[in-house]
Amino acid sequence: MAAVLFDGIVYSSWLFLMAAGLTLIYGVMRILNIAHGSLYALGAYTAATLGGAWIAAGYAPAGTFAMLAAAMLLVGAVMGPLIERGLLKWMYGKDEIVLLLITYAVFLILEDVIKLVWGVESKMLPEPYALPGNFQIGTLVYPVYNLVLIAVAVVTGAALSWALYATRQGKLLLAVIHDREMSAAMGINVDRVYLITFTLGAMLAGLGGALTAPMIAVSPGIGVEVIVLSFAVVVIGGLGSLGGAALGALMVGIVRSVAVRYWPEGELFIVFFVMALVLIARPKGLFSAPEARKI
Amino acid sequence: MKQALLAGIAFILFIAAAWAPQWLVFLLALALAKGLVVLGLLLLMRTGLVSFGQGLYFGLGAYAAALLAHRGGLADAALMIVAGPACAAAVAAILGLLLARYREIFFAMLSLAFSMILYGLLVKSSTLGSTDGFHVQVRQLAGLALAAGAERRVFFAVSVVVAFILTWVLHRYLASHWGRVSTAIRDNELRVEYLGASVYRVVYANYVIAAALAGLGGAFAALAVGHVDPETTYWTTSGEFVFIAILGGTGNVAAPFLSAAIFEALRTVAAQYAPNVWQMALGVAMLAIIMFLPGGLWTLVRKRAS
Repeated sequence: MAAVLFDGIVYSSWLFLMAAGLTLIYGVMRILNIAHGSLYALGAYTAATLGGAWIAAGYAPAGTFAMLAAAMLLVGAVMGPLIERGLLKWMYGKDEIVLLLITYAVFLILEDVIKLVWGVESKMLPEPYALPGNFQIGTLVYPVYNLVLIAVAVVTGAALSWALYATRQGKLLLAVIHDREMSAAMGINVDRVYLITFTLGAMLAGLGGALTAPMIAVSPGIGVEVIVLSFAVVVIGGLGSLGGAALGALMVGIVRSVAVRYWPEGELFIVFFVMALVLIARPKGLFSAPEARKI
Repeated sequence: MKQALLAGIAFILFIAAAWAPQWLVFLLALALAKGLVVLGLLLLMRTGLVSFGQGLYFGLGAYAAALLAHRGGLADAALMIVAGPACAAAVAAILGLLLARYREIFFAMLSLAFSMILYGLLVKSSTLGSTDGFHVQVRQLAGLALAAGAERRVFFAVSVVVAFILTWVLHRYLASHWGRVSTAIRDNELRVEYLGASVYRVVYANYVIAAALAGLGGAFAALAVGHVDPETTYWTTSGEFVFIAILGGTGNVAAPFLSAAIFEALRTVAAQYAPNVWQMALGVAMLAIIMFLPGGLWTLVRKRAS
C-alpha cells in the first residue's frame, strides 16, 4: 500500500509540474494552451541533446543535472517569447475557444518541427536517472531520482505560490487575473505580465519535459498524451488555480497508481472518469471562483 | 439553383462509385464519412459549442457497426449503418443530459474527457484487439450478397445517397424554428431564455443529432476502411474533425463535405511526398484560416456565387 501511495506521489509531482504552467497561463491569459504538450516534448528533446553532448564531451555525469536545468531555461526563454510575441499577442480578445484552436495549430506545427529537428529516432539520457542510486522502502527498491522529482515539484509549487502571493510582481499578476482592464487602467503593464506569464509557463513545461527525459526514450508524439492528462488535472482543480492544480495532480496521480496496482486495464479510463465525476459535481472544477452572468 | 448544383455533385459522386479507380473511391468514401461527422459538428458550432470529443461517437459508431459483423454474425451493411448512429445517439441521449449544461471550454473539455474514457477502455480491452482493433469484412447489403471487390463501391454509393438526404434534412432543420433558436443561443443564450425558449432542450437535441451523425460517419468509415481501432476515439481524431469544420466554415451544410474532401486529398498527397511536414501544414493552414478567413473556405465559394 505504501508503495502504491509513493508511486502515486511521484506521478503526481510530475503531473503538477505540467499542470502548474498550464493553469498559470489560463489564469492570467484565459488561454488553454494545447501547445503545452509540445513545449514539454521540446524540453525533453533539448535535455536529451544537451545531456548527450555533455557526456560526449567527457565531463562528469553529475553535470547532466545542470543540463536539465539549462534545457528548461532554454525552452522557456526561446519558445515563450516566440509564441507569445510572435503569435498570441495578435489574438487577444478572441473567444477562449478560438484561442484554444490557435494553440492547437501551434501544437500541430511544433510536432513536426520536432520531427524535422531531431528526426524520428528516439533519444536517451539515462545518466541522471541512474546516477543518484537507489533506496529501499520495505523490500522494494526505488531510484533516488523519484525523490528528486518530488523535491522539484514541492520546491516549484512553493516558489510559485511565494512569487504569486508575497511579491509585488505576483500581486500585479493576481490583479491582472482578477480584472484585466481595470489593472491596465491602474497602470499595470498587462502586455509585460502576459509575456512573463507565458514564458514562465513554457519554462514549467520545459522543466517537466527535461525531468522526464532521463526516465523514458524521448521519441515523437510524447507530448500528445501528456497534454490530455494535464488538461484533466487542471480541469479537476479548477482552471487558473495553483492550489487546484496541486490537488488535481495528487488526485489523478494516486487514483492512477491505485488503478495500475489493482485494475491495470482501467489506468487511463479512471483518470478521465474522475475528471468527468468532478465536473459533474462542480462544473468548473474544485477551486473555481463563482462568476457573475453577463447579459 | 444551389440545390440542383448539390444534387448534380451527388449524382457525379454516385457515378464515380461505379467507374472511379479503387483508391479514389476509398478516398471519397472516407471524406464522406468524415464529412458526416463534421456536419454534426457544424450544427454544434451553430449553437456556439465546439466539441473536442466527437471521436467518442465516431468511434462508437464504428465499433457498434463492426461488432455487429464481427461478434453478432450480422454482417449486413444496412444493419450496420443503422446500428452505428443508433448506438451513438443512445449514449448521447444520456451524456447529453449532462453536457447540455456546459458551455465554451468546459463543454470542449468534458466531451474530451468522455471520448478519452472510451479510448482508455478500448485500448485495454484485449477481447476487442486493444490498440490494434480488428478487421470487419462485409459483403452483404439488406440481404443482397455483393460480389467481392465491388462491395466498397456499393457502400460508397449508399453513403452518397444517405449523406445527400441527411444534408438536405439538416439544411431544413437549420432553417426551421429550432435551427434559428440555435443560432440565437450562440449569439446570446440568456436573451433566448428571457424570450421564453428552452436553451437546454435545443442544445440537448443538437448534441444528440450531432452524435448520431458522428456515429453514422463512424459506421461508414468502418465499412470503407474494413478495420476499426481505438485511434478513432483518441483526442487527435476529434481534433481532426474540429480542423475540418474550421477549414470549411459553418456557413453552409455543404461546407463540411467540401472541406473533408480537400482534407483527405491533401492528406493522401502529403502521406506520399511529405509525411514529416503534414501536421505543420495543417497547423499553418488553421492559423491562416482563423486569421484571414474566419468563415472558412465556404466564404470563397459564396463570394464567387454573388
